[in-house]
Amino acid sequence: MSTPTTLFDKVWRAHEIHRGESGQSLLWIDRHFVHEGSFHAFNKLAERELPVARPDLTFGIADHYVPTLARRLDGVADPKVRSMIEQLSSNTKRHDITLFGLDDPRQGIVHVMGPEQGLTQPGLIMVCGDSHTATHGAFGSIAFGIGASEVAHVLATQTLWQSRPKVMRITLEGTLAPGVTAKDIALTWISRLGADGARGYAIEYAGEAIRALSMEARLTLCNLSIEGGGRCGMIAPDQTTFEYLKGRPYSPKGEAFEQACAYWSTLYSDQGATFDLDVTINAADIAPTVTWGVSPEEALPIDQHVPVPDDATDLAKARQIRASLDYMGLKAGQKLTDIAIDRVFIGSCTNARIEDLRAAAAILNGRKSRVPGVVSPGSTQVKAQAEAEGLDRIFVDAGLEWRHSGCSMCVGMNGDTVPSGERCASTTNRNFKGRQGPGARTHLMSPAMVAAAAVSGHLADIRTLSLASAQSPRSEGAPSCSR
Amino acid sequence: MQPITVLDTQGVALAAANVDTDQLIPARFMKEPRSVGYGQFLLYDVRHDAKGTPDPAFILHRSGANDAEVMVSRRNFGAGSSREAAVYALVDFGFRCVIAPSFGDIFASNAVNNGMLPAVVEEEDAERLLAALGDEPAPIRVDLEAQRIRVAEVEVSFSVSPVWRTKLLNGWDDIDLTRQHADTITRFAADYAQTFPWAAPRPQAFDLIGKG
Ligand code: SF4
Repeated sequence: MSTPTTLFDKVWRAHEIHRGESGQSLLWIDRHFVHEGSFHAFNKLAERELPVARPDLTFGIADHYVPTLARRLDGVADPKVRSMIEQLSSNTKRHDITLFGLDDPRQGIVHVMGPEQGLTQPGLIMVCGDSHTATHGAFGSIAFGIGASEVAHVLATQTLWQSRPKVMRITLEGTLAPGVTAKDIALTWISRLGADGARGYAIEYAGEAIRALSMEARLTLCNLSIEGGGRCGMIAPDQTTFEYLKGRPYSPKGEAFEQACAYWSTLYSDQGATFDLDVTINAADIAPTVTWGVSPEEALPIDQHVPVPDDATDLAKARQIRASLDYMGLKAGQKLTDIAIDRVFIGSCTNARIEDLRAAAAILNGRKSRVPGVVSPGSTQVKAQAEAEGLDRIFVDAGLEWRHSGCSMCVGMNGDTVPSGERCASTTNRNFKGRQGPGARTHLMSPAMVAAAAVSGHLADIRTLSLASAQSPRSEGAPSCSR
Repeated sequence: MQPITVLDTQGVALAAANVDTDQLIPARFMKEPRSVGYGQFLLYDVRHDAKGTPDPAFILHRSGANDAEVMVSRRNFGAGSSREAAVYALVDFGFRCVIAPSFGDIFASNAVNNGMLPAVVEEEDAERLLAALGDEPAPIRVDLEAQRIRVAEVEVSFSVSPVWRTKLLNGWDDIDLTRQHADTITRFAADYAQTFPWAAPRPQAFDLIGKG
């Protein structure tokens, strides 16, 4: 290869079927996940009497509307919620699509289940009618969320028209301080660049601090790319990636794995490849971070104060801060650690993997939560693993509810919501107005920080709560890709 | 889809930044079939109080708002969730164009796929349009061919990707367009399967055989 190429372009080019005169590319799609919300797309297909082009590359997952109190459909009180889950079953059945349904032991939130089952692999293009599809880019794939019309298009053709986004690189130099996690990296860059700071860009995360992240932590980081407006987020695959993939149900096996691994090892940005934008952040400067407002960009290190509108540099900013403080019921200039909370939620595709649950449990172990709260594991497998490790006991003994897996209180579609006016410390991804329920007030933070808030009754600095480190351990081990 | 050339219509100002798709349509309404009409859900929690009583002062409840086809707002409009229902809510209410300094990526493609124009203007121009519209629905003209917007004395230009402009001007649909490339796709898929034989997932039963 003569010209140095970015990771993004390597993957993009391998999937370009055709480039239109207008510059849009028709791309081949390797994986398409559909969930309950995809009924609009299936209806569009039915209207045109079109079949699903590649059912073998399409996977159905029940996650957005599933109940977390029980795994039974007849226990779902709201007939409309039940019908959402049933429609997914009938649509996938009609089109011969593999379904990870409500009672499947592999069920989980799509962005947790995909990697867990080995469906997510380096070098693929993956789509789903869900904006957090960016998560899968942690393996070095191009993964992004699409709308219902595009879902219908992929179902009908296994392709998608896309304009090539610009590519930016966010480099994290140095090492993270103890107690600082991938969630804090994400909230930090989003607060610096803005919730639309990466709009129009594909993001590649690079640098020493990224290499040191576990697979779980990388998934958290890529998951939040969309909250900064990014089209997708990617990390070049390495030994951490290959080790994670080996032996997963849908990973290539034996010789095919070696073959795949040889290719995957070529997926990185070449020395000298040019990026449309380069951002460098010193990992040591990142502190445990929480959001105080109603956009993920409204985030600050936990030892700071709520902003004062009149101190803002311009009128628009001041107006935005005032509106956010008003919705959140906060006082300008108030210390973040003085904000009392009403409940906690540990869950979602952002932060409900096994490491996340371990980090939260490490803080809660032997302590009591001062507020009620729900823990919903990212997948049924994560739930089983956590129970095998006794983490469920820790949560229950601390006074929290241990539930089944689903999107739950991240979006409240299944009925798990935060009551109006209540304040929730949450491991999720969106602090938008009403996201966790009408009138709900959400503060985003890492699982360990949510646990720290739970035992304190107010937002708290994990670093002042001694005990176990909240950092995700990096998986070490022998390289599994022999080359 | 109905093509857009010139919209000579009523416009409304929604003077807020970061109007995300969760606000445009709260998740709890997304279980409904499209046939109920999603316009009633548009900005529901913003324009109703906790009891569901409409706020008469809100722009969408002013007289003439039902005829509005254009909305002007601030930066980062439609950020967040990929829910196309946010576009359905706007379209079913009657909107055919949203004007803002920036849009969430997925929202903008969803808009175009439903025949609604996401027109990008400079931040100052958005402020001028907002000021010119004021608190009531007011006449606005959006010319897609010329890429110009006019409200009273204020006239500004807007940008839109050329591909989207062509699609909207013609009312084209992607699926029809793509099916013209069916042969190319089939050829590509065959080559691709040869080059990347591991990329297509095998059924799990295969795994049991594969494990040695
Ligand atoms: S957990 Fe939340 S963000 Fe993730 S897929 Fe579900 S609704 Fe979307």
